[in-house]
Amino acid sequence: MASSKITVEVDNVSYTDEVEPRLLLVQYLRERLGKTGTLIGCDTTNCGACTVHLDGVSVKSCTMFAVQADGHKVTTIEGMATDGKLHPLQQAFHQCHALQCGFCTPGMIMQSASLLSENPHPTEQEIRDGLEGNLCRCTGYQNIVAAVQAVADGTVSAGSNETETAGVA
Amino acid sequence: MTVTEVGKARLRKEDAHLITGRTRYTDNLTLPGTLHLALVRSPFAHAKITSIDTSEAKSSPGVVAVLTGADVADKQGSLPNVWPITAEQKAPAHPAIAVDTVAFAGEVVACIVARTAAAARDAVELVDVSYEELPVVLDLEEAVKDEVLAHPDLGTNISATWVYDSGTAGSGKPIAEALEGAEVLIERTYYQQRLIPAFMEPRSVLVDPTGEQLTVWSATQIPHILRLLLALTLGIPESKVRVIAPDVGGGFGGKLQVTPEEAITVLAARHTGKPCKYTETRSESLMAAHHGRAQVQKVKLAATKDGIVTGLDIHLLADMGAYLGLVASGVPILGAFMYNSIYKFPAYRFECTNLFTNKAWTDAYRGAGRPEATFAIERTMDELAVELNMDPLELRKKNWITHEEFPFATVAGLEYDSGNYEAATAKAEELFGYDELRAEQARRREANDPVQLGIGISTYTEMCGLAPSRVLGALRYVAGGWDHAQVRVLPTGNIEVVTGTSAHGQGHETAWSQLVADKLGVAFENIEVLHGDTHISQRGMDTYGSRSLVVGGMAVLAAADKVIAKAKVMAAHMMEASEEDIEFAEGKFSVKGTEQSTSFGDVAFATFAGHDLPEGFEPNLDSEATVDPDNFSFPHGTHFAAIEVDTETGEVSIRKYVCVDDVGVVVNPLIVEGQVHGGLAQGIAQALYEEAVHDETGTLVTGSFVDYLVPSAPDLPHFTTARTETPATTNQLGAKGVGEAGTIASTPAIVNGVLDAVRHLGVKDINMPCSPSRVWAALEEAKTAGGVQ
Ligand code: FES
Ligand code: FES
Repeated sequence: MASSKITVEVDNVSYTDEVEPRLLLVQYLRERLGKTGTLIGCDTTNCGACTVHLDGVSVKSCTMFAVQADGHKVTTIEGMATDGKLHPLQQAFHQCHALQCGFCTPGMIMQSASLLSENPHPTEQEIRDGLEGNLCRCTGYQNIVAAVQAVADGTVSAGSNETETAGVA
Repeated sequence: MTVTEVGKARLRKEDAHLITGRTRYTDNLTLPGTLHLALVRSPFAHAKITSIDTSEAKSSPGVVAVLTGADVADKQGSLPNVWPITAEQKAPAHPAIAVDTVAFAGEVVACIVARTAAAARDAVELVDVSYEELPVVLDLEEAVKDEVLAHPDLGTNISATWVYDSGTAGSGKPIAEALEGAEVLIERTYYQQRLIPAFMEPRSVLVDPTGEQLTVWSATQIPHILRLLLALTLGIPESKVRVIAPDVGGGFGGKLQVTPEEAITVLAARHTGKPCKYTETRSESLMAAHHGRAQVQKVKLAATKDGIVTGLDIHLLADMGAYLGLVASGVPILGAFMYNSIYKFPAYRFECTNLFTNKAWTDAYRGAGRPEATFAIERTMDELAVELNMDPLELRKKNWITHEEFPFATVAGLEYDSGNYEAATAKAEELFGYDELRAEQARRREANDPVQLGIGISTYTEMCGLAPSRVLGALRYVAGGWDHAQVRVLPTGNIEVVTGTSAHGQGHETAWSQLVADKLGVAFENIEVLHGDTHISQRGMDTYGSRSLVVGGMAVLAAADKVIAKAKVMAAHMMEASEEDIEFAEGKFSVKGTEQSTSFGDVAFATFAGHDLPEGFEPNLDSEATVDPDNFSFPHGTHFAAIEVDTETGEVSIRKYVCVDDVGVVVNPLIVEGQVHGGLAQGIAQALYEEAVHDETGTLVTGSFVDYLVPSAPDLPHFTTARTETPATTNQLGAKGVGEAGTIASTPAIVNGVLDAVRHLGVKDINMPCSPSRVWAALEEAKTAGGVQ
């Protein structure tokens, strides 16, 4: 298979790589860039575990090929915290106990961020509908909804130090 | 001990790496030179393998090896079942790679080992397997007839039959009298559909055969059990196997297994001498990871005309699938002790027949036997209430154990230590607005509202904390039910807690830190919890059956008690006092009746330095404890669901869900609440959405998340949760366990609610899941039967 050269900016770093045309974006992120924060939960584009942002908009990175990301900017969960400060959604997921095993969490946070950028003040139903493509088996969603709501309401903000999250002083 | 941490809604220590993507799920790990596996699986549910041609696959680019069952026949052994429920229990041999026959669609017939995952997957298509199809048996009521056999060599589909009879056990009266003399007899059959645990992280295993030991990273709930059983199955010395459960993305019983995939990855790694990794696709996971539930329950409930239950008779057919999973045979038995639930039934008989079929194997799934039991009794209590024209809540109150009656010896032979069903129910009634909703229901019935309202009730108790070893022994389980912990005191007085439990989302690092912080007076932040690696935590029984806190947590507390006992000796020496005069509270050792004291940290350092020790004192405060529980613990609760059914479309929606659970003393309310939410979601999923469906050839039709309907956020309501707290009397903390409560209670609450909404229209029962098409069909059928005006 002829490979092609792509240049993608991922979490603010530019990468140029030769990739096979059939390589999925999620495989490129995980296997080539070692960005294993983005996870794979299914093979039918139903679970949302692989959700990232492409030019600021959420996409399931298992639904597109790496070559399609050529020339675009990708943000993964690993690029959400800036200057050592958690993104408000990361902070809110922690504070609202919106994760248990954490496997859906990267995708949930990326999808929630996209949802809030489109609709900064969603109702509970709008949040639930906006997360329909992301499955969580652990939480029953209630605390995930609460976390998104907390960010929308401004009751959780960015700025917590990353390491403080774990109660590690 | 001054309690400050226990009961606090501490945010989780586990979260930091999970919210930032710095995770160590097994599939995220790769070692230098790692080879990748892909598996060839049978498309047929029952067939003879007549030939396998691997030549083309072997020459495919990047392929290093191809293994068939024949290649590993002398090495692979048979995957274990550790619960022979009867001396005569039958089970087929279970090779990791099928050798000459396959017994379900999805069974592994060959393994490709290649340099990349893509190369391995490509070569799967190139393995040419010829099969001779055999007849399949899929349905339990067919399987029990033994006409078509899932394993012809076995001569029968029956694995075992197990009976509990209160008359012969001496825990109650004989059932025959109760049934014969019944003023009212309710007979029902319920179908517990097959479910799929559907943990979000697909199973993955990485094996490194290159060091001193074989190191196995696996997405498992049971690193300790896996270590022992992989070694025994594959004939490797146990001491040469190290198992690590790194971050694990949910389990729900689905990762309580010793899997073919784990054994195959070990075999491939030993064959190639290279690290090997296998990660299943979701389709493979749904097809071949063990399923759950899958029972037919025949229930007979005898009662007096005024609603006093006089006897309960249960007949189960339980689907083991094609092979006998690790604890699959015991799953119905865990239910056997719970059919009598919170009630004072005088007579009880339970009989279960475990059957093989040509479907994927089944085994534990959240609740394991207890959700099935609770569903059957709670549905039947509602049926009795209808028969007697009695309020279903009143009927329950007439039959339940009152709080003054604890401890209570049940008809199923257990001793319930504590409980207060009245308090939990009263609180739930109030939060729910029971009377108001009943009034609204009456109005809407009267008005022939196209959307009818139903009220679903479920009261439950369950047994947690698997398990007293002597009970497991009596039930023929091969191992014990203790757990182990070590509390290590570092020179600074900081603490490392090593636990034998293996969390995969439960938050043990946080909760165990809270336990130890209170015990030793050490700051929450200065405690690390280590787990999930048999090198670090060498003894343990792992995490399942809501056992971690009530068994593993008690081992942590017991080990911490031993640390205090040792440190007291040192403190006495340091303060030149007698040991009997030393008191310990809030991290300080003080001499009774004096101002003299020394801190835990000082004692830790002085012990570490070892310059001046008491006579014969080892300079080490580290302590360990293995705790075997005396009894199970028995959480309970009352759940209410207000259900709306659109009688024109069959659509069901949950308008309100209220649950009051009594899980005893709570270490971390945030974590408990999370467990309740997640449990409710899975119980509701069984009631309304999920079912593993096979076609007549035994092919799984619901083979992806397109068809297997794991609920998403809009499918679930907002839950109102509350608690009462009746401490368990059988452990030092008073905790009871919470991992499965929500799942156990919610399924019958929902189905009772659906039926309550449409029963007046002539609907008598609806099998789960109560999908719009099933509800609609039931309404139509009732109409034709003339049940509606
Ligand atoms: S991995 Fe499931 S949607 Fe992408
Ligand atoms: S936290 Fe486990 S799947 Fe969502």
